[in-house]
Amino acid sequence: MSETNPITEEAVDTAVNEALRAVDSVATLVDLKVLRSAHTGEASPLSQLNAMLRTVPNDQKAATGKLVGQARGRVNQAFAAREESLREQEELNRLAAETVDVTAAPQQWRAGARHPLSALQEDISDIFIGMGWEVAEGPELENEWFNFDALNFDPDHPARAMQDTFFVDPVDSHLLLRTHTSPVQVRALLSRELPVYVVAPGRVFRTDELDATHTPVFNQIEGIAIDRHLTMAHLRGTLEHFARQMFGEEATIRLRPNFFPFTEPSAEMDVWQPHAKGGARWVEWGGCGMMNPNVLRAAGIDPTEYQGFAFGMGIERTLQFRNDLNDMRDMVEGDIRFSTQFGTVI
Amino acid sequence: MRVPLSWLGDYVDLPEKMTPKQLHAALVSVGFEEEDVHGGEVSGPVVVGQVLERTPEEQSNGKTINWCQVRVAPEGHLAADGGADVRGVVCGAHNFEVGDKVVVTLPGAVLPGGFAIAARKTYGHVSDGMIASVRELGIGEDHDGILVLARMGLDPEVGEDAKTLLGLDDSAVEINVTPDRGYAFSIRGVAREYSHATGAVFRDPALAVTPVEAAGFPLTVSDTAPLRGRAGVTTFVTRVVRGVDPARPSPRWLSSRLALAGIRSISLIVDITNYVMLELGNPIHGYDLDKLRGGMTVRRAEVGETLVTLDEHLRKLHPEDLLITDESGPIGLAGVMGGAATEIGDTTRNVLVEAAIFDPVSVARTARRHKLHSEASKRFERGVDTRVSAAAAQRVVDLLVELAGGTADTQGSVYDVSRPADPIDLPDGFIEGLVGVEFTRDEVVTSLTAIGAEVASVEGGLRVVPPTWRPDLTFPASLAEEVARIVGYDRIPSVLPVAPPGRGLTRDQKLRRSVARALADAGAVEVLCYPFVGEAANNRFGSPIAGSVPAIRLANPLDGEASYLRTSLIPGLIQAAQRNVSRGLTTLALYETGSVFLPKAGVAYGVVAVPPLGVRPTNEVLAQLNASIPPQPRYVSALLTGTAVAKQPGREPRFFDWSDALDVVRQISLALAVEITVRQGSHQGFHPGRTAELVVTIDGSERVAGYAGELLPAIGEDLKLPHRLAAVEANLDLLIEAARIEVEYVPLSSFPAATQDLSLLVSVAVPANAVLGAVVAGAGDLLESARLVDDYRGTGVEEGYKSLTFALRFRASDRTLTAAEANEAKLAGVAHAEQLFEVTLRD
Repeated sequence: MSETNPITEEAVDTAVNEALRAVDSVATLVDLKVLRSAHTGEASPLSQLNAMLRTVPNDQKAATGKLVGQARGRVNQAFAAREESLREQEELNRLAAETVDVTAAPQQWRAGARHPLSALQEDISDIFIGMGWEVAEGPELENEWFNFDALNFDPDHPARAMQDTFFVDPVDSHLLLRTHTSPVQVRALLSRELPVYVVAPGRVFRTDELDATHTPVFNQIEGIAIDRHLTMAHLRGTLEHFARQMFGEEATIRLRPNFFPFTEPSAEMDVWQPHAKGGARWVEWGGCGMMNPNVLRAAGIDPTEYQGFAFGMGIERTLQFRNDLNDMRDMVEGDIRFSTQFGTVI
Repeated sequence: MRVPLSWLGDYVDLPEKMTPKQLHAALVSVGFEEEDVHGGEVSGPVVVGQVLERTPEEQSNGKTINWCQVRVAPEGHLAADGGADVRGVVCGAHNFEVGDKVVVTLPGAVLPGGFAIAARKTYGHVSDGMIASVRELGIGEDHDGILVLARMGLDPEVGEDAKTLLGLDDSAVEINVTPDRGYAFSIRGVAREYSHATGAVFRDPALAVTPVEAAGFPLTVSDTAPLRGRAGVTTFVTRVVRGVDPARPSPRWLSSRLALAGIRSISLIVDITNYVMLELGNPIHGYDLDKLRGGMTVRRAEVGETLVTLDEHLRKLHPEDLLITDESGPIGLAGVMGGAATEIGDTTRNVLVEAAIFDPVSVARTARRHKLHSEASKRFERGVDTRVSAAAAQRVVDLLVELAGGTADTQGSVYDVSRPADPIDLPDGFIEGLVGVEFTRDEVVTSLTAIGAEVASVEGGLRVVPPTWRPDLTFPASLAEEVARIVGYDRIPSVLPVAPPGRGLTRDQKLRRSVARALADAGAVEVLCYPFVGEAANNRFGSPIAGSVPAIRLANPLDGEASYLRTSLIPGLIQAAQRNVSRGLTTLALYETGSVFLPKAGVAYGVVAVPPLGVRPTNEVLAQLNASIPPQPRYVSALLTGTAVAKQPGREPRFFDWSDALDVVRQISLALAVEITVRQGSHQGFHPGRTAELVVTIDGSERVAGYAGELLPAIGEDLKLPHRLAAVEANLDLLIEAARIEVEYVPLSSFPAATQDLSLLVSVAVPANAVLGAVVAGAGDLLESARLVDDYRGTGVEEGYKSLTFALRFRASDRTLTAAEANEAKLAGVAHAEQLFEVTLRD
């Protein structure tokens, strides 16, 4: 008869079962820590059984050792598994507790906006920059020569009086608020090397009272190209390309005879608006023509050697029919609801 | 110019039932923009009626109406609307009698303004139509009450179509005539253009009359002071017609055409002169011959002379004014307006007709000087056919004989020094080279001939003599336009020119865009304000110190209260803020970039004379022109009011204050890559304790580029704005000038950083950034970043002092810093600050 084994299978089973029950019952990581210590710590039944292994008769040592080892393994594994699931659960609970109403997020940044007239001027300029043109600028308060005489406006011709000019006091100082951006053309021709391909966007002034269709301060963009051998065909080609960039590939333009002192021949340009409110129609867009030789002479350019074309259009008008705006006053009053409708992209 | 269709049809073939729209389309194609349509608004059964009975009936409202029986068709015939020949009509007016022939609008008729006539119950009767007034028919405003046809000299048959009788079936198109085409201010000119547009046959009305040579009326022309070397008068034709009947009314066709053309009917004689002006384009003046004293002299005015013009105004004459005079003195402003003393009146029996050609420059100046822009001056300024006067005078004489019962007299005079236009040489290929279309020689010749030019072949091209009504045709390009428009602009092909490689936007242009975009991205809204302000607004914001700011004043402002050009953008922004607040928008972050106008005190801007056109001024003159305009730098300004952070879940509201203005400055500085130093400052209109001066360095010297902070509280309070105003204003050109051109790149160190906090006790009078600057300067290269994190005052800190805490970050490029090294650098910074201010290191 062999020696008695102090570690019974029942004792091991009991210890394991109690530990597994404890694992099942635990609900928090804090409790789990306490129970783990109770069931796997030094004072735990399984540890005590383990300590008793040295008293197990030699012939049974291997089997009992395996029994106790497997039991401890099962318990440790159960605690580990339980710990992981509790950890997951607690993370989920924490995230759930942190739920917010994202639709009520407080706002830090305000919505700013460019004025659409400024944005549109930049967009138009970019179209021409894309064609290799450059952007020219000049002063708003001009000398009369740049605004009129250099552009072939005879001092006594009615075309000059028709420009409704703001004059600087005293009138005989010959200073005025430019009535068009054309003086920039003259400045460009005087200061740049030929050939010249530039656009000139900017503010201009006429003595019109503000109403739904007029404003005394408005914006224009003008273009001028002076080179050898430029013809009205190049003018049409440029305007057509511009119209397509602005209004889409189907855009077409029409030229009608007109008069400007600084161009000859002169034309009015209409653009076809297939989706205009109230039906498709031609919309008057701007004036253009071949540069009058007198303007070239005023800039010291020999008109028998160089010629070219010029064109110009109102930015307000362009915005009006492009975005179906009826009242000019909305554009100039500074009401923030106007610009913010457009944001920073036009 | 308004063109009655029936009149136009006298001189060019129009299609049957041509609509005003079709006419407009034809004229647009040759360069006349459409403006409007007049007349043609009466339709349906509008007939001549005769009043058979008229019974006044007093109404309960105190008004008396007439219950009338009116015959509207010959007895036994149906009326034009298919109804009975006699109708019962209620009429409120009383200026007619039984037996009068009147205009009756029957049910189904439509009057101007879309007023539809129907039988309707009124004042206890069924009014089966309406007896019409001049006003209701849209043919005049100057009569009250019913149109009695006999008073117009008309006695038509009952039942006749009154629309035809009164010219109501005619209409006029209004076209815009560009200022180079004076000839189109005539039916003759427009008929010619219509024929260009359509190919319809044109019959020149100037050739339809046969001028008779008249002589014997004394005339002297003595222009001793021609303007710009141009004779004041080149043609002066007078004719005498005697024995006209001043009581005769204008025939309806004449007054109808005048009305459609926009000219008020005055009297038969005056109407005839106006009619001929409209038809042939030559303004005509009629004088009462019996009021003339002796012969006529055309001359310039003498100093001190006066004239009462037809409009009853006493005009002080200028030595440049060209006059018609007789022995009594001035009797007319040549080409502008006649005098009252010799006016045609209702007793005029003998008429002197004047048809003349006056110099456009002389007429333009006189009209402008006397602010007298008449139908005559409008035509002369733009140029009248220099050869049409004899025909025009004859046409007036013929009509005075035919319509007014006058007799043409042999007395008259002819002065004519007019010259044909100078020929223009048109080299072969010139038009093609300008227009880009290969016109055939035939197209060129035919087009130029059609507009009335004489074309001759010469070696190498054509020699073209423009017609006498086209003073605008003076150089080859003007002929190119004529050929291009007569053949049609649609022939011009589309060719995209290739520009030489461009350089894109300039650095300044890019930076200006950058700043505008940065402010929008930072939450400000761009506005574009008018540059017109009052003197007070300029003085308030235009200068750092109190006083009057030099500013540009407009000679002709729209608003006398805002007659100056802005020296600051802030007044405009305040005005925009006011408007927004009045519309309930009280949180505003507005900005604008734009020009201000900054004349220097004591400088007289402008030039005495402007160089001529068509010639490049010398460099010296160009320099004078450029120096003649005041500086106009671009500014960038912002105005903030309301909540910087709105009240919302989890946030307490915070209102914009001075610090937000400085945050805007930071945005600007980042967008432009310009270093802006902020200093305690002061400026007109700004809060004395909450204003920063913005300083930049250009070429080693400091320049004040602007201001930022809070505006004086009183400014907002006076305007009833609900919240305080914070503002920035800076010279954008100056900022850009100071902006960094290139980045000086510092290689990145990957060694760890050492961070330290530093607290210093310092007097409240010392600005925080001065202390920070001193620490940075003293700490040396190891200090990578320094930031103010606290400004503490109160318990533990002596009164008059503050405790500033800075977060410092040190790093070396070649090693890991020890704490001791970082501490040493920090203490070096403190030591440097101690040399400049009274500072104490706090533990």
